Amino acid sequence: MDILVTKDLTKAYGKVIAANAVNISVAQGEVFALLGPNGAGKSTVLKMLTTLLPPTSGDAFIDGNSIRTQPNKVRKSIGYVPQMLAADGSLTGYENLRIFAKLYDIPSAELKQRVNDTLAFMGLADSAKKLVKDYSGGMIRKLEIAQAMMHRPKVMFLDEPTVGLDPIARKTVWEHIMQLQKEYGTTIVMTTHLMEEADEICRRVALMSNGKIVATDTPANLKASLNKPGATLEDVFIFYTGNQKEDEDGGIRNISRERRTASRLG
Amino acid sequence: MINFFRKTFVITELEIRKIFHDPTEVFTRAVQPVLWILTFGQVFARMHVMQGHGNYLDFMAPGILAQSALFISIFYGIAIIWERDLGLIHKILTTPTPRTAVVLGKALSAGMRTLPVMVIIYLLAILLKINLSWNVLNLFGVLGMVILGSMFFSTFSLIIACLVKTRERFMGIGQLLTMPLFFASNAIYPLEIMPDWLKVVSHVNPLTYVIDALRAMMLGQQAQFGIALDFVILILSTFLFVMIGGALYKRVIT
Repeated sequence: MDILVTKDLTKAYGKVIAANAVNISVAQGEVFALLGPNGAGKSTVLKMLTTLLPPTSGDAFIDGNSIRTQPNKVRKSIGYVPQMLAADGSLTGYENLRIFAKLYDIPSAELKQRVNDTLAFMGLADSAKKLVKDYSGGMIRKLEIAQAMMHRPKVMFLDEPTVGLDPIARKTVWEHIMQLQKEYGTTIVMTTHLMEEADEICRRVALMSNGKIVATDTPANLKASLNKPGATLEDVFIFYTGNQKEDEDGGIRNISRERRTASRLG
Repeated sequence: MINFFRKTFVITELEIRKIFHDPTEVFTRAVQPVLWILTFGQVFARMHVMQGHGNYLDFMAPGILAQSALFISIFYGIAIIWERDLGLIHKILTTPTPRTAVVLGKALSAGMRTLPVMVIIYLLAILLKINLSWNVLNLFGVLGMVILGSMFFSTFSLIIACLVKTRERFMGIGQLLTMPLFFASNAIYPLEIMPDWLKVVSHVNPLTYVIDALRAMMLGQQAQFGIALDFVILILSTFLFVMIGGALYKRVIT
């Protein structure tokens, strides 16, 4: 069985169906992205898979454990990098990792070593003693990924991991994510707006529109399916999701949140 | 169970480390109680309002200590909303940490935040020659009650935060609660001189029991309701609120 399988995963807020019978399945070690316009339901799916939101119906299994009935087992095998700030600015990088290592039940005998290894892995060893509020945007992102990988999760969820980063920071963040996948065989599941990055990095992508998965395949197959020479993933994106209506409600809160994330990391 | 308390202490450790990185907050928090004692307390002491109750400053100091615990803790919920807006809560909730342990850990750290104020009030009490009891058991009792009171009110605050969800609404409700809780207690005047309706209200106000125990232990007097009863009431109501808070906590993220 695949490391991540969803079965008609659905989330409804009253009459609004944010995620509608989502079926995806991701193999161990795969790099997988959910693509879709704002309000398509990507973040809702990610929140359900990370046990933050209970599904209205359907279920998902991560490493064989149900997110409905075994959330605590699921939590042990996943790491999550939210779009928003996950590191505490008033603590040092070392302290942030130390707290999370403890929350992830890393034995105290290994604690120090694990924190230092992780800092080194993410290239943050020199800034370990600095307060996180003095970090640059790229460093904060790397620290957040470090926090989520302390316990060597089987699946790592990243919500818009490079939003608001400059091209150089973006590149190093991707390099670290790919290194994580190579070295530990971690399965990577992410959402992104950036088609070029998705095209380059992901083995498979799923396109979401109005809460539904409208296509799942490798970027190459998706591009070929358009029967248009030189088609890019962006063309695929527009083809499959172009008819989505602009989301009307809850917009301002999401936009202000996104802008805030962007300005924080800028 | 062991895991539960381990996680609770990790959450508390997180908050304590924050205080150590920026302790200014702790000291600014001490300004208000010091002002209450130095101005209100000293003026009222000269009015000799407390016939049969001894010195007014003696009477008031434990009340102001409890007030500090209340005022520091009742706005604790705003930090929860703030962390929610930032995203910290999301990350913590995806770790294998029981929700109730997060709530209890936060409550315990609110207790830790009140301790420096307690030290400052004790120092001021020495300067003002308040008749403090230096019995070790009493001192530990005061420490315990201050932490317990802060835990209760910070959990109360957290529950409100989980229900109202926005900072603006929370500030409104916080303002609305503090003064009534303070006035409907025996902090700055004894229960006996209250009008009957206020007496009734103050008997269901946990702050009254916090103050009753603090006054008895700080001054080495007999407690009105009994120290044991005061502790039982606070422990039970804190337990109840932590349970409710643990159940509501996940709502804050939606």
